[in-house]
Amino acid sequence: MSTISNHMLEIKNLQASVQGKPILKGINLTINAGEVHAIMGPNGSGKSSLASVLAGKEDYEITGGSVLFEGRDLLELSPEDRAREGVFMAFQYPVEIPGVSNINFLKTALNEIRNYKGLPEIAAKDFMQMTKEMQTLVEFDAKLARRNLNEGFSGGEKKRNEIFQLAMLDPKLAILDETDSGLDIDALRIVAKGVNRLRSKNNAFVMITHYQRLLDYIIPDFVHVLADGRIIRSGEKELALELEERGYDWLLKETAPELIAKTK
Amino acid sequence: MQTDSEILDDITNREYEFGFVTQIETEYAPKGLNTDTVRFISAKKEEPQWLLDWRLKALTDFENKDKNPDWQNFPMPKIDYQGISYYAAPTNTPKYQSLDEVDPELLRTFEKLGIPLSERKALAGVAVDVVFDSVSVTTTFKHQLEEVGVIFCSISEAVKNHPDLVQKYLGSVVPAGDNLFSSLNSAVFSDGSFVYIPPGVRCPMELSTYFRINAENTGQFERTLIIADEGSYVSYLEGCTAPRRDENQLHAAVVELIAMKDAEIKYSTVQNWYPGDKDGKGGIFNFVTKRGACRGANSKISWTQVETGAAITWKYPSVLLIGDNSIGEFYSVAITKNKQIADTGTKMYHLGANTRSRIISKGISAGEGQNSYRGLVHVGNKAHKARNFTQCDSLLIGDRCGAHTFPYIDSKNPSAIIEHEATTSKIGENQIFYLNARGIDTEKAVALIVNGYAREVLNQLPMEFAIEAQKLLALTLEGSVG
Repeated sequence: MSTISNHMLEIKNLQASVQGKPILKGINLTINAGEVHAIMGPNGSGKSSLASVLAGKEDYEITGGSVLFEGRDLLELSPEDRAREGVFMAFQYPVEIPGVSNINFLKTALNEIRNYKGLPEIAAKDFMQMTKEMQTLVEFDAKLARRNLNEGFSGGEKKRNEIFQLAMLDPKLAILDETDSGLDIDALRIVAKGVNRLRSKNNAFVMITHYQRLLDYIIPDFVHVLADGRIIRSGEKELALELEERGYDWLLKETAPELIAKTK
Repeated sequence: MQTDSEILDDITNREYEFGFVTQIETEYAPKGLNTDTVRFISAKKEEPQWLLDWRLKALTDFENKDKNPDWQNFPMPKIDYQGISYYAAPTNTPKYQSLDEVDPELLRTFEKLGIPLSERKALAGVAVDVVFDSVSVTTTFKHQLEEVGVIFCSISEAVKNHPDLVQKYLGSVVPAGDNLFSSLNSAVFSDGSFVYIPPGVRCPMELSTYFRINAENTGQFERTLIIADEGSYVSYLEGCTAPRRDENQLHAAVVELIAMKDAEIKYSTVQNWYPGDKDGKGGIFNFVTKRGACRGANSKISWTQVETGAAITWKYPSVLLIGDNSIGEFYSVAITKNKQIADTGTKMYHLGANTRSRIISKGISAGEGQNSYRGLVHVGNKAHKARNFTQCDSLLIGDRCGAHTFPYIDSKNPSAIIEHEATTSKIGENQIFYLNARGIDTEKAVALIVNGYAREVLNQLPMEFAIEAQKLLALTLEGSVG
């Protein structure tokens, strides 16, 4: 059923629900390599749900539509295979895994991905070298890298660890789910700097955010506004500035007036 | 995509990998428990009169204690003591002088179990004593050990060659009459390992005993006695497996450790007896009494156990902290799945001044498994400034299992400091999804999480066995969430 396409990600009329309640009601979105997309929207609009559905979280039932990743049906893949194909989600709330060292975890993850691609395990020396380089690139504290996975990390440290993992696993498509929330301005700058350094013509980023603030540091190519499970407006970076100034209401009034009472 | 419960079903249905039976000609004692049985075993072993008398006395103890222990957190199964054969041994020479004489079928069995007996292939730096049903089959690296004065042999040999040591220490830490199962063991024990480390000697290699139950309708009643003389050190490890059978089999061992002044004993167990099938049919009843005595000042005894097998585990490796400044440690990981039951923990008796103990217990329950930690910290009135730290964590996988904690503290000295921490957690779907989202499948994810959880205990194991234990944990929970 898949048509040959040059797009990295093609979401068509995607619908999903949780426990019978529709959350995504027909999302259409196309992303190409080299692009950065921002997805904004009021609370409860389905932004994080979209990220979870793309990453393969079980709680969501797909009720319609399709998602192609490099021409493959993404929704058919298990969460681990999605990751191995090159989809990465930076979690809004990264979990703690006591007793498992960050480094050991990353090595396991990296080797699982390599194994999937038919590559041999990474040599210990190369892995250490890469760890060092990426720590520097995204300004991640070596002490944190050696600690157990997010165990006892502050909120900001956890978010920065996500970016470190992103750097190590080098995905094609990175989805950053409210990575800016809970970050102070210094941490935000560091995270943004890291992402900017990782941007390339071969990868793409989806940044899910509630605030324009992050977009001052990571300039998106496209901005989409999500409301009630649909993209109600797409534009370029100016759209984000306009939202910052005027809020969401005017847009809702223009595009979906029936939602105003709902989202307030 | 697998749901949580499907994953759990998977684990639960995982087959026990060491469940095969070795076809070997076996000599049995007639079924039943009476003075004739005891005389039969003692005669087989060509034992001195004092030991036969000691056994007979223990049998009387057993018969006088017709009541099962009733305090544990599971109904004690009815055991037909008259339906068991108390001695089963491969026919021909019960003890081989060299590996060339060992029945090739036995050698193959141990190869299959991952215990190569040929010294060329043996694990580097580990001497192994192998107990097959009721007898010790062989002991490796004996001569290298003898050169430094270390005695490592089967207890039957020790009775013959070092009777003074055996007579002096046997039953000195766990008296025959200590409990029902120790009485039974004392009456009918058939083999086990004996270790003596002379003063000032650091045992140059890990010592290890591998126990295998093979025969049907038997039990295994082994006896281990380890004596570390002044200023010596030894690290000892035991492992065990058994075939898959529909009937329960009884394993009632007694282990006694004695550490003199400035001596240290590190005792590690990786227990993988047949656990029974997913409906709880069959499996080993693992009723074991393990106790160490820190007799001298500054001595140390450390128990580490990884308990993954057995239908029921009932065991409380304990330390009597008699010498001043002596140290007792207990590190435990116990996994129960399907219908397995573990009631395990430790007792630390602080009798000397400045004695210290540390207890780290990690329970993991999956399926319908029930896991209880039971611990006692006793501080006597002369144990000035005794210190204990206990941490007791429970991890639950799924919603049909149980974790229970029974900590007892009994302090008669006001200068003692006793700390107890406990946590209970569930492997969260969120943790698994997080690892999935990094390319790690659920099985590996669960293995990572469980190994992380058990890290503190696994770190205590000798290196060669830590890796084995990690694999075993992963295998045990294969398909579950860890």
